[in-house]
Amino acid sequence: MSALLDTLSWVLLTLGGLSVLIGGIGALRMPDLYTRMHAASVTDSLGAILVLGGIMLQAGWSLATIKLFAILLFLLLTSPTSSYALASAALLAGQRPFADASQDGEGPE
Amino acid sequence: MIVMFGIFLLTLLVITAIAIVRTDNLFVAVMLMGIASLLIAANFFLLDAADVALTEAAVGAGISTVLFLGALALTSERERAKSWNRLLSFIVVAAAALILIYATFDKPRFGDPEAPVQVHVAPWYLEKTPEYIDIPNVVTAVLGSFRGYDTLGEVFVVFTAGIGVLFLLGGGKAGGAVPEEEIDEGLRHHLIPRVVGRVLIPFILLFGLYVQFHGEYGPGGGFQAGAIIAAAIILFALLEGENRALSVLPERVLLGLMACGPLLYGAVGLAGIIFGGNFLDYSVLSSNPVKGQQLGILLIEAGVGISVTGVLLGIFHAFAARDS
Repeated sequence: MSALLDTLSWVLLTLGGLSVLIGGIGALRMPDLYTRMHAASVTDSLGAILVLGGIMLQAGWSLATIKLFAILLFLLLTSPTSSYALASAALLAGQRPFADASQDGEGPE
Repeated sequence: MIVMFGIFLLTLLVITAIAIVRTDNLFVAVMLMGIASLLIAANFFLLDAADVALTEAAVGAGISTVLFLGALALTSERERAKSWNRLLSFIVVAAAALILIYATFDKPRFGDPEAPVQVHVAPWYLEKTPEYIDIPNVVTAVLGSFRGYDTLGEVFVVFTAGIGVLFLLGGGKAGGAVPEEEIDEGLRHHLIPRVVGRVLIPFILLFGLYVQFHGEYGPGGGFQAGAIIAAAIILFALLEGENRALSVLPERVLLGLMACGPLLYGAVGLAGIIFGGNFLDYSVLSSNPVKGQQLGILLIEAGVGISVTGVLLGIFHAFAARDS
């Protein structure tokens, strides 16, 4: 049983680390702010859930699990909110979403 | 493994520091400094210094960033062109760096059990804390009781810093001049941050109180709790607007909090003298010396928390009041 839990938690941790990595690469490679935020949100949502889930399995039924759950809840509440605030501030500041000029007649400014 | 993590984090820290020096966008520099604080906090945590890590994360990455952003709103985003001699500053920095690197040669190896810090007073603290104070967190025992003088000094440093900033920025005067009409300030017209913030603020305050009063059993204490509570109220000020926050906690109350913290701390010290002990000797506060120590630590931690909350909020409002 414990070996199974261990394996499962390591799988979750590895997948979580992978999604953080993908989010990081995306944040570097994407063309403009909105697509970069989209990539970075993989880190916030999927990465956080997988990594914290993996650690929760390691911690077992204890106070630490409840604390980790509280952290997860906090992250799931705050990270979409901060993403929203960032995107809305960027839009208000006049940052236009990137559109490919060849497909879209107008193109980026 | 831990050493590998530490080296990794320190390498990231060096990269961040170089990036801070190289950027001329002050906004980017502030964000990078927040990242640097978070990295150093993670490093402290690796070294099992959870209390220091919590302080660094709350103050360095949290409140400092907000205060820097408040200051940045008053100035331009770009660094001004350098007019001084670059060679001279490079020589000064290089000399200081060489001296610091030379000084590290004398330091004991990382984790050396024979290091002076491990064999001097630390074993005594570890051994005597259960007997004298009987709280699990030795850091709080050292900070609050054994080295109570030092912490009193720190509280006065915080207090002096608050007074200094208020003198420079003219805080406390703006109260009368605030226009009465409710301008649409804060993020009041942004529904989502407002709703989420309203849900979170009570929990942040609760967490602050937990950190405050759980400091004797786990990492935490007055400094960290003060920063967290101040952060909750700053969040309220950002969401609901400066005036609403000031009507909840007026400037006068903040000035009172700033003074109350050191006053409470000093009063606990003087109470020790009155009850027949030494200054900041809590053992005489109760008939049972151990209970007296615990009571004293609880009170002085409360003083620290009150003072830090008051000073941080006072500085934040002083910056924000100059915005207009």
